[in-house]
Amino acid sequence: MSHLHPVPSYELANHPLPTGREEVWRFTPLKRLRGLLDGKPSDARLKWDADVPEGVIVREISADEAAELGETKPTDRPSALAVANGGDAVLVDVPAETELTEPLIVRLSGTNPDDVIWGHIVVRIGRHAKATVVFEHNGSAIYSATTSVVVGEGANLDLASLQLWEDDAVHLGQVGIRVGRDAQVRTFQASLGGDLIRIVENVEYDGPGGDLKMYGLYFADAAQHIEHRLFVDHNQPHTKSNVVYKGGLQGKGAHSVWVGDVLIRKIAEGIETYETNRNLVLTDGCRADSVPNLEIETGEIVGAGHASATGRFDDEQLFYLQSRGITSDEARRLVVHGFFADIVRRIGIPEIEQRLLAAVELELEQNVGAPLVGVA
Amino acid sequence: MATLEVKNLHVSVDIEDGKKEILRGVDLAVKSGETHAIMGPNGSGKSTLAYSIAGHPKYTITGGAVTLDGVDVLSMTVDERARAGLFLAMQYPVEVPGVSVSNFLRTAKTALDGEAPKLRTWVKEVNDAMDKVSMDRDFATRNVNEGFSGGEKKRHEIVQLELLNPKFAILDETDSGLDIDALKVVSEGVNRFRSQGDRAVLLITHYTRILRYIQPDYVHVFVGGRIAEEGGPELAEQLEAEGYDKYVRVSA
Ligand SMILES: Nc1ncnc2c1ncn2[C@@H]1O[C@H](COP(=O)(O)OP(=O)(O)O)[C@@H](O)[C@H]1O
Ligand SMILES: [Mg+2]
Repeated sequence: MSHLHPVPSYELANHPLPTGREEVWRFTPLKRLRGLLDGKPSDARLKWDADVPEGVIVREISADEAAELGETKPTDRPSALAVANGGDAVLVDVPAETELTEPLIVRLSGTNPDDVIWGHIVVRIGRHAKATVVFEHNGSAIYSATTSVVVGEGANLDLASLQLWEDDAVHLGQVGIRVGRDAQVRTFQASLGGDLIRIVENVEYDGPGGDLKMYGLYFADAAQHIEHRLFVDHNQPHTKSNVVYKGGLQGKGAHSVWVGDVLIRKIAEGIETYETNRNLVLTDGCRADSVPNLEIETGEIVGAGHASATGRFDDEQLFYLQSRGITSDEARRLVVHGFFADIVRRIGIPEIEQRLLAAVELELEQNVGAPLVGVA
Repeated sequence: MATLEVKNLHVSVDIEDGKKEILRGVDLAVKSGETHAIMGPNGSGKSTLAYSIAGHPKYTITGGAVTLDGVDVLSMTVDERARAGLFLAMQYPVEVPGVSVSNFLRTAKTALDGEAPKLRTWVKEVNDAMDKVSMDRDFATRNVNEGFSGGEKKRHEIVQLELLNPKFAILDETDSGLDIDALKVVSEGVNRFRSQGDRAVLLITHYTRILRYIQPDYVHVFVGGRIAEEGGPELAEQLEAEGYDKYVRVSA
């Protein structure tokens, strides 16, 4: 069976222990998952601290209720374990026709680098509702979570997940998104911290007219493994997807993985998809794997394409900046900022944009020295 | 009073099978207050000379010297050369995605002065500089040279000349590809810079056209990687009438 047709299932038996040779696991250093694949039971939780705008309901539900709500099912072992071991799930419910003016921000933090933590979150956006939902991860933990996002007809969702972990954290996350008929969904992933981060985003459509935009930014430091996999399943006609991920790498053993799978099913006529991944390698000793993958089962489409590029600093850009008196460190800093700027600007939440730029800044200081002036 | 001196400069670039010599012994001295025109056919090495003085990593200096008031320029980094007073308006200005013109200019000014410019006066200075070359002020928020037309890129180089106000400006074919209005605007910018009295200009051009607007004190004919002839403004007129043919034939 192609990895473009994963089997969604709660049954652990359907998700055998990986050996590392499987297509979906071949880049991941399994040894560093620190027991997450064994499914050690645990009652530990991440601290949940949320700004909940009026009109949003946040409550605990049982795993059975989550299934009855029609959440997306796990497609790999860690996410199946997260549901099996996670106990109650948290439901974030934005009722139909509720238009939020403030973002819903959830800060999740871990305090113990040896805590195994299972998480199960369901986000339900009712029909014609409009919301911005942000999950921000901080601190230390060995965390595996399944997040299911069900977006109703004509709804509009901006969903951001920020991985700002300490250097010892491990985070496996599966995010399943079902895009309703005529719904508009923008997702934003930022992975900057942690020892190992592996986020798998699966998207399917629940009717025609769904419009998905997925953005991502990651920055892998020495010895850090950051992996983003996405699978966009164009299972409905006249749907759209646009994916842009950008990564930076620096330091010995920094490893980033980006795998973008897009499937255009036979029924999915009139769809449009484009995905791109770009990586900027700042030092020697880094490795950036970038695998776009498009499988097309119908010819009746508006457009489909992908692009992937991994490169070093552009000498001409650095020369141009330096020829104006800007030091080589500062020139590099400017170029990296510029590289990420278009992604960061798409978040649309100024406070978070500022914090992410500051986080990128902090990463760069390790390599290229402190900034000379602020960024406009 | 400062002097930029190029002595017997030899420069190569790396090509697939070894090195290719481009500059074959260039001698040139430019003093503050002077404007020198370097004229030559395509491929004669004019840009190579400009880039070598500015320190582009692509070019290998295989012999000779470049000094600024006796101080070795070739051992300086690119940014040190700029801070020593050199400026290169490039033939093909480079796009820098995601970096706004305003951030770029402010960062450059800060680097050159060693301190950030006063915010209020700086914004006005930038606006004035853009107005002077008829560049819309909106360009300040756009990314450096990204999506600029050829003419807009050249005007942006002149905006930088105006704001960064170096001691020595090398203008590499800033006139190429400009329509007559843009050419006048650019020339006026260069003349404003010159009118300070103690500034030096090395004006590299393929055409005599710009010399109607910017009067050089000296003209050097550049052919085959070296200076083939030197003279005053009358030499430009002679080139206008006769072209480079006779020099190219001699050097071939
Ligand atoms: N990177 C390079 N590799 C090979 N040849 C080069 C390279 N850069 C320049 N040249 C050659 O050097 C010569 C001079 O180029 P250039 O300095 O750009 O001339 P000009 O500015 O006078 O037109 C040309 O023949 C050009 O093809
Ligand atoms: Mg040239």
